[in-house]
Amino acid sequence: MASPESAVNGPTMTAGAASKSLRNAFGGVIAFIILVLIGVLAFSIRLFSVIKYESVIHEFDPYFNYRVTQFLSKNGIYDFWNWFDDRTWYPLGRVIGGTVYPGLTLTAGTIWKVVNSLNIPLSVETVCVFTAPIFSAFASWAAYLLTKEVKGPGAGLTAAALLAMVPSYISRSVAGSYDNEAVAIFALVFTFYLYIKTLNTGSLFYATLNALAYFYMVCSWGGYTFIINLIPMHVLLCIVTGRYSSRLYIAYAPLVVLGTLLASLVPVVGFNAVLTSEHFASFLVFIIIHVVALAYYIKGILSPKMFKVAVTLVVSVGLAVCCAVIAILIAVVASSPTKGWSGRSLTLLDPTYASKYIPIIASVSEHQPPTWPSYFMDINVLAFLVPAGIIACFMPLTDSSSFVILYIVTSVYFSGVMVRLMLVLAPAACILSGIALSEAFNVLTRSIKFQLPGIAGNPSIAVRMWRKENGSSTVVAPNDIPKTEEAAKEKPAKKNRKKEKENVEKKPTPSKTEKRLLVLPLEASVIAVLLLVLLGAFYVVHCVWAAAEAYSAPSIVLTSHSNDGGLHVFDDFREAYSWLSHNTDVDDKVASWWDYGYQTTAMANRTVLVDNNTWNNTHIATVGTAMSSPEKQAWEIFHSLDVKYVLVVFGGVVGYPSDDINKFLWMVRIGGGVFPHIKEPDYLRDGQYRIDAQATPTMLNCLMYKLSYFRFVETDGKGFDRVRRTEIGKKHFKLTHFEEVFTTHHWMVRIYKLKPQRNRIRGKTKKSKSSRSVSSKRDVRGKRNPWH
Amino acid sequence: NEQLAIPQLRQSSYRHETPPTNPSRRCLHLGYFGGKRLHKISWSAPKPSPLTRSAPMAKLAIFFTLTLSLLPFLSHSFSPDTPTDRRILVLLDDFSLKSSHSIFFTSLKSRGFDLDFKLADDPKLSLQRYGQYLYDGLILFAPSVERFGGALDVAAVLDFVDSGHDLIVAADTTASDLIKSVATECGVDFDEDPSAMVIDHQGYAVSDVDGDHTLIAADELIRSDVILGKTKIEAPVLFKGIAHSLNAANTLALKVLSGSPSAYSANPSAKLSSPPSLTGSAISLVSVVQARNNARIMISGSLDLFSNRYMKSSVQKAGSPSKYEKSGNEQFVTEVSKWLFHERGHLKAGNLRHLKVGETGEPAMYRIKDDLEFYVDIFEWSGNSWEPYVADDVQVQFYMMSPYVLKTLSTDKKGLYHTSFKVPDVYGVFQFKVEYQKLGYTSLSLSKQIPVRPFRHNEYERFIPTAFPYYGASFTTIFFFYLFVFFLVIKTRFAGALQMAGFFIFSVVYLYNNRMVGRPPFSIL
Repeated sequence: MASPESAVNGPTMTAGAASKSLRNAFGGVIAFIILVLIGVLAFSIRLFSVIKYESVIHEFDPYFNYRVTQFLSKNGIYDFWNWFDDRTWYPLGRVIGGTVYPGLTLTAGTIWKVVNSLNIPLSVETVCVFTAPIFSAFASWAAYLLTKEVKGPGAGLTAAALLAMVPSYISRSVAGSYDNEAVAIFALVFTFYLYIKTLNTGSLFYATLNALAYFYMVCSWGGYTFIINLIPMHVLLCIVTGRYSSRLYIAYAPLVVLGTLLASLVPVVGFNAVLTSEHFASFLVFIIIHVVALAYYIKGILSPKMFKVAVTLVVSVGLAVCCAVIAILIAVVASSPTKGWSGRSLTLLDPTYASKYIPIIASVSEHQPPTWPSYFMDINVLAFLVPAGIIACFMPLTDSSSFVILYIVTSVYFSGVMVRLMLVLAPAACILSGIALSEAFNVLTRSIKFQLPGIAGNPSIAVRMWRKENGSSTVVAPNDIPKTEEAAKEKPAKKNRKKEKENVEKKPTPSKTEKRLLVLPLEASVIAVLLLVLLGAFYVVHCVWAAAEAYSAPSIVLTSHSNDGGLHVFDDFREAYSWLSHNTDVDDKVASWWDYGYQTTAMANRTVLVDNNTWNNTHIATVGTAMSSPEKQAWEIFHSLDVKYVLVVFGGVVGYPSDDINKFLWMVRIGGGVFPHIKEPDYLRDGQYRIDAQATPTMLNCLMYKLSYFRFVETDGKGFDRVRRTEIGKKHFKLTHFEEVFTTHHWMVRIYKLKPQRNRIRGKTKKSKSSRSVSSKRDVRGKRNPWH
Repeated sequence: NEQLAIPQLRQSSYRHETPPTNPSRRCLHLGYFGGKRLHKISWSAPKPSPLTRSAPMAKLAIFFTLTLSLLPFLSHSFSPDTPTDRRILVLLDDFSLKSSHSIFFTSLKSRGFDLDFKLADDPKLSLQRYGQYLYDGLILFAPSVERFGGALDVAAVLDFVDSGHDLIVAADTTASDLIKSVATECGVDFDEDPSAMVIDHQGYAVSDVDGDHTLIAADELIRSDVILGKTKIEAPVLFKGIAHSLNAANTLALKVLSGSPSAYSANPSAKLSSPPSLTGSAISLVSVVQARNNARIMISGSLDLFSNRYMKSSVQKAGSPSKYEKSGNEQFVTEVSKWLFHERGHLKAGNLRHLKVGETGEPAMYRIKDDLEFYVDIFEWSGNSWEPYVADDVQVQFYMMSPYVLKTLSTDKKGLYHTSFKVPDVYGVFQFKVEYQKLGYTSLSLSKQIPVRPFRHNEYERFIPTAFPYYGASFTTIFFFYLFVFFLVIKTRFAGALQMAGFFIFSVVYLYNNRMVGRPPFSIL
């Protein structure tokens, strides 16, 4: 958290230019070294999962990405683009090339190819495992660049260091967590950096780079809509607050044109880039910025009086045209049932939308709103520093700092809607906390410096700043990049910087206003510095703990500590998947709840009905209905879909809480959403979800209950479920249409096979005493002599 | 080399214990059991390999090789290639039936069956030994047996059927619960009243004494050439016994001989106090069941139906002027037993294959709108050889949750069925399905999975005629933009304008070179 510019601070700066540049160079080297160290930190803090467990792909989605990457590395990009996957969503299949964000896969595939062409024989899996840590180092550097553009390198370094270990980001980017977010956060921050850079410099070069970075973001993650809405919002904010400039135009217009063109090249986005409402704001602002540009242009060539006349004329005509256009647009948009928004976006705008209409979105745990503790868990002390950072951004308010404020405000809202979007908040929180910490250190260290004997003669009075220095550094043309950077570097050091608007107008007259610098008492400063260091230390401790303990579990391998400190490993998932891959036919279909779809295809290489790409609600509802139906109906549903095996996850024996019984109500809801004969109240007793003796008969007879608790009573003799903490309602029963074929060591995964259809159809005669007597006779005989 | 001799010894002793004829057959319908069985049987090969006998020191490997090389010959005796039964166990109440029903048994013997007569309560009764069935068929002519001898019971009989073997059950008024429960398990319900018989006051057989009309001249036969043979059974079938009914939902069971509309089931000696539970054509006299594994079962309510006496006697149906010298029993029983023991109506299908029109190999995947050809072979067992099956009602489905294409196959009368169609404009994992269920025939159910993919990125039409105005618009925009910039630049810098012009020409040439459909855009690089 060392700020190199503190070296160039203070009243002794009248020294010669040579010593100043030397100091700058020295600061630059230090900054570079610090950045490298931050990169190493970001990478290495994410290796806990590899060290504690092993180098495996984690969770659910990463398995799909891994499988896609394998396909890419084996078959090349054209086959990847045209890949029709017949092993998922049986029998519909899935066009992978057109439904997947290819950024992550292409990135890892490229890394793999480059590394292999250098004769470093890394496996695809290794590359995939380490992609996320590598990109979090990149993301830290991008955060440095962005914050440097906003508040100078000191804040940049602080923000980079904070981002390198923010738990929220670690949770999605530990080694093995090979998911879109791993590269997308880097792309997000980097796109913002390039936008700010363009905004500060007005360079068309950076604007083009910005569009390319945006393209990479579109390739990587559906969260790109955040960018394409946030930047227009900022542009609009700038226009409304009278900050319109040609730099703003250059930062925005090329991004929209090039960015939209590039975005529509990504197969999964395609025409959505111009058709859906998510992109609508950008086009609207695009029109507005042109109108504003035109207005400024006309204002420039007309006399003020003429201009007023023109304004009234244009406004009256323009309003009429605008009304007509907007009316048409509204009519077009309103004609679509979702008003042109995708379900996920609507969920963001209206947090209650998903729970009302789309249970499939609401059922995903990462789509739930976060709890308060999760903020403390995920961003820790940053939550307290962010307000300070916002205040720091307001003095002075520049184009770039207003962008950061807008970023934090929107991302706080989004994180409040979905816990998953905490990830978008994390960089913003880090940037603002970096700014806050850096500013605080600035003020405090300067106060100390002034009051230390021998440095300043009269520490308690206000200090004049060196106007001449300021003037020379701010007069430069905005296109002159290195000098502007220098100016930016000096910006935070000067509290009394002239107003940004003057800068916008490029008026070279430096303001001569004087402001008093805040100087705090020495003791208070020292204590405050110590406290801040302590705060930072807490943050580091928390982050390391979170990285090591909370977020490193790969979730396919579970561990628990026994009372005597021993470690117990539950490797049931891989046990089950390898059983499937070794004992079933290669074309057999495995039905399970969609959570396990990706893993089944990737690890067991078996065809699944539904998977984590929840693109077909009806198909998922069919599986949900089967799971909530009695055995016979479930058998019929599965049989009609050619299913051979049914896989359920059951945690009752070892107390694994995220098992299928706990997810079961979602199956009922999703199934009932499409097939109305499944009704949620049938599974609830007085609104309570229970599986004990009080449970409803529908519940006790549904397939999920039976498959989960079949033979369960044999484990402890009572059938005590350790997740639900109760004895189960129905203990002894037989399966008529399914047979158990495999149960893992800890009973966490149970695999059943569909029995074939009965060879004969029995007569309708009640099987009364006659047949019973026959069977009893048979038993007697069987005991007597089994061979005759 | 003792260690090697041991398995060989075991092998030979095993061979002695196993009956020489191979018990198993019809592996086609056993599904995945088939492979397992095949393997086992190759070990208990009936033909002694002379080399192993003569050279006791022969290596095990040689034995293996020999067995494997003999496999093609051995498989002839048990494989699905010869589905007709060979060894049949006949269980009797007493041995007098052997002579009183000798016409039936003789006809079976003359058709090449090995009959093994045993008393139903023979304590050594067993259908299988060492997991191998000793018989291919079972005839239960023991209506009154209360319990079987030996290891045989209802479950064993049903297991026998479920592993693909055939069964004839004949009951009469003395039918025991045991026999009735076997029938019930097969989907046939005998009248619960133990004293009831089938009575028909209009369709009875005219005889010298005016009896109680329980001897019925039945002529309500199923109309199926495959079950009853091509020659029409002219004379009525004599029947005296108990009635049974079939569950309407039971799609596997068929009434071969049903009661006339005036028949009913009641105790002939008692006065009818309540309406009979079974009446009219709901009464089945003889039924056949074809299980899902194509095991065939015949259930008759009368044992006398098979007797020499009924077969030989003349018959005249009441109210009918024609009198027949000989009843239809013999023909009926023979024909049904031919069907039952798979001498008729047994189909095999296989060699399901498909290819893209104009290509030879079978593709792993189709594209939407591909034209494809589909072939399947269907043969019928004629009793001693496989003959081409000729029918015009075999259909193939191109199926994904529901049939997208349903085509009737045309045959070349040599067993090859063929059709061609266009893959629908829907992608997904499809199946070629041949589901053929025809009355009396083995049900065929074949499917083969095939994915259908959408167009590749370069398989779409590159230039659509209707879009030419748009192409024109974009190209003129590009052109005039060039022109605009050209004049803008020429005002200041001449060299820049030249560069512009050069770049423009290069672009035109590049676009022209790459106008071919399907060319990757950066191939020039």
